[in-house]
Amino acid sequence: MSVTEAPPTEPERLEESSRRSFRGIVRTTEIDTRLLGLVSALLVIWVGFHFMSGGTFLTPRNLWNLSVQTSSVAIMATGMVLVIVSRNIDLSVGSMLGVLGMVMALLQAEILPDIIGFDHPFTWIIAVVAGLALGALLGGFQGFIVAYVGVPSFIVTLGGLLVWRGVAWALASGRTIAPMDSTFQLLGGGSRGSIGQFPSWVVGIVASVGIVALLVMGRRRRQKFGFRLRPMWADVTFGVIGCAVVLGAVWVTNSYYLPETIARQIADERGIPWPEAGLNIPLGIAIPVLIAIGVTLIMSFIATRLRFGRYVFSIGGNPEAAELGGINTRWTVLKAFMVMGILVGLAAVVSTARLNAAVSGLGTLAELYVIAAAVIGGTSFAGGIGTVPGAVLGALVMQSLQSGMVLLGVDAPLQDIVIGVVLVTAVAIDTGFRRRATR
Amino acid sequence: MTREQPPLVELRNMSVSFGGVHAVDDVTIDLYPGEIVALVGGNGAGKSTLIKTLSGAQKADSGQIYIDGSAVAIHTPRDAKALGVETIYQTLALADNIDAPSNVFLGREILTPVRTLDDSAMEAATRKVMKRLNPTFENFKQAVQSLSGGQRQSVAIAKAVYFNARILIMDEPTAALGPAETEQVRALIRQLKQEGIGIFLISHDIHDVFDLADRISVMLQGKLVGTVNKDDVTMDEVLAMIIIGKLPEEVTETELEQLRG
Repeated sequence: MSVTEAPPTEPERLEESSRRSFRGIVRTTEIDTRLLGLVSALLVIWVGFHFMSGGTFLTPRNLWNLSVQTSSVAIMATGMVLVIVSRNIDLSVGSMLGVLGMVMALLQAEILPDIIGFDHPFTWIIAVVAGLALGALLGGFQGFIVAYVGVPSFIVTLGGLLVWRGVAWALASGRTIAPMDSTFQLLGGGSRGSIGQFPSWVVGIVASVGIVALLVMGRRRRQKFGFRLRPMWADVTFGVIGCAVVLGAVWVTNSYYLPETIARQIADERGIPWPEAGLNIPLGIAIPVLIAIGVTLIMSFIATRLRFGRYVFSIGGNPEAAELGGINTRWTVLKAFMVMGILVGLAAVVSTARLNAAVSGLGTLAELYVIAAAVIGGTSFAGGIGTVPGAVLGALVMQSLQSGMVLLGVDAPLQDIVIGVVLVTAVAIDTGFRRRATR
Repeated sequence: MTREQPPLVELRNMSVSFGGVHAVDDVTIDLYPGEIVALVGGNGAGKSTLIKTLSGAQKADSGQIYIDGSAVAIHTPRDAKALGVETIYQTLALADNIDAPSNVFLGREILTPVRTLDDSAMEAATRKVMKRLNPTFENFKQAVQSLSGGQRQSVAIAKAVYFNARILIMDEPTAALGPAETEQVRALIRQLKQEGIGIFLISHDIHDVFDLADRISVMLQGKLVGTVNKDDVTMDEVLAMIIIGKLPEEVTETELEQLRG
């Protein structure tokens, strides 16, 4: 508690002081300062690269690609938050992604064609369900050894990193498995894996309505229990900014048009005569991005609104307290690893579909990017602290740095150096803030 | 205090050993409604281990626990809570990273009809119980690590009393507190006693014990030295029980002199 705080029993005075100081504004509006810092950092990176690259970064094309490239790591980072919050770690996600991608590819390219034929309408569903189920199984198995046998997660998943990579290789003797089912391919984005202009606007409008509904419901709940309401201007500002960001993002994805060759193909397929001036078909939101957004919402919900999430956080804060509170801590940890496994399965779907193939090296080093994303996003290695949206923003920050450096023609080794330095700096800044906040 | 009814809780012939060492050796203690029984003894006397058999955090090797005169089985903290036994641990057992309402309801969350956490309802309930325990408490949205020692203590107490505890175990409730906060917690303990809750108080602080307790049970090296009424003994006599394990009627004047130094 700081001395500068106004007495909470005098709401008027608080209201007054909140207009004066930044800290007061943050307090009355209940903004997550860490998330705000991350968003600011992202904006600085984007604008910086835009100028350094001579105006090629903030273009619909680059932003669309950035969104697709981020989705796989973002999907896994949302689960890594829970694992790290529970005072564990999962080093095996990259290798597990390799195995799951390989299994799904083998199913589509070699096993299912013999049974139901190639490109059967059910092929992609069977492959995805099998991948997610196997992910849950492998993750749950690792979680079982961590929680019930008592081997530290660092060791269990380090073993997993080696084992699963070896299994991925052994499954196909190192061959590349291709091609994927044509519906499955859509899940990876690519030129046809987008939902198009009109559905994208529908998604944007539904999301905007959702934001407004959440704000209104939040106010109603507070009113019902007689808690202090957030000032109206704050809620209105949040609503306007939220809707603007959502609709702006949809506008950006709709401003990126299919390349001419594919546009021609589609025109031919639909029997549309090719116009003289060319045909601009907007891509809209990519399917993997839609998946990543859905995962982010679901995982945020799990982390903050369900008992399971609350238990994961309490275990991270004080395992003994959680145990004494009657929480089944072992089962909770096992479930966290299981959720991680399912998300790795989903990331494997996206990666394999995007590549239209599975190779035994798929996902190599992904564990480090996923952990880095979670940590840049404010997840604490001491456990108990972290947010799902933070981890997704962390993934976006890392991918932005990488894409930006590629645009600038920075050498690969230097890219690694920059990302490594950013990772450590981000955590150092965060630690500094946290120390000040708890004093 | 009427003694016709059976005790609220009785720990009969409890024994716990850790590899050959008898941490608790055939100890019997009891507690009546609205009574405070202090459990005292030096480090390693076995107080905490004994009390953990009641709170469900430690399995007893032998012995039987009775509540309202009937035998009960307590294997986990959840069992104990179901029987109305709540424990405030010396470490407070709070998850530092979450707020006060989440801690109060940890493991017993209020859920909405669709089985999501009802944080507003939990906050409202916590505000209500805090009004009774610590009316100046206002930090309902902050992680409890940023609270003062006394505030954290009140969160731990709220966590215990909210669920209509009948039997309260307090392990060193004032050890980490300043003088003002200590007085606040003592007042709170008296208030809980008034409400008819039976309290086991584990304390090193002999002043706490004489200020609050009705009876005092003394342990030494895993064994019960004896249980005395506070009004029948002096502090020196209790110290003699704690240090040399002799009851007031056994202890000699010279031994008391030696203890006074």
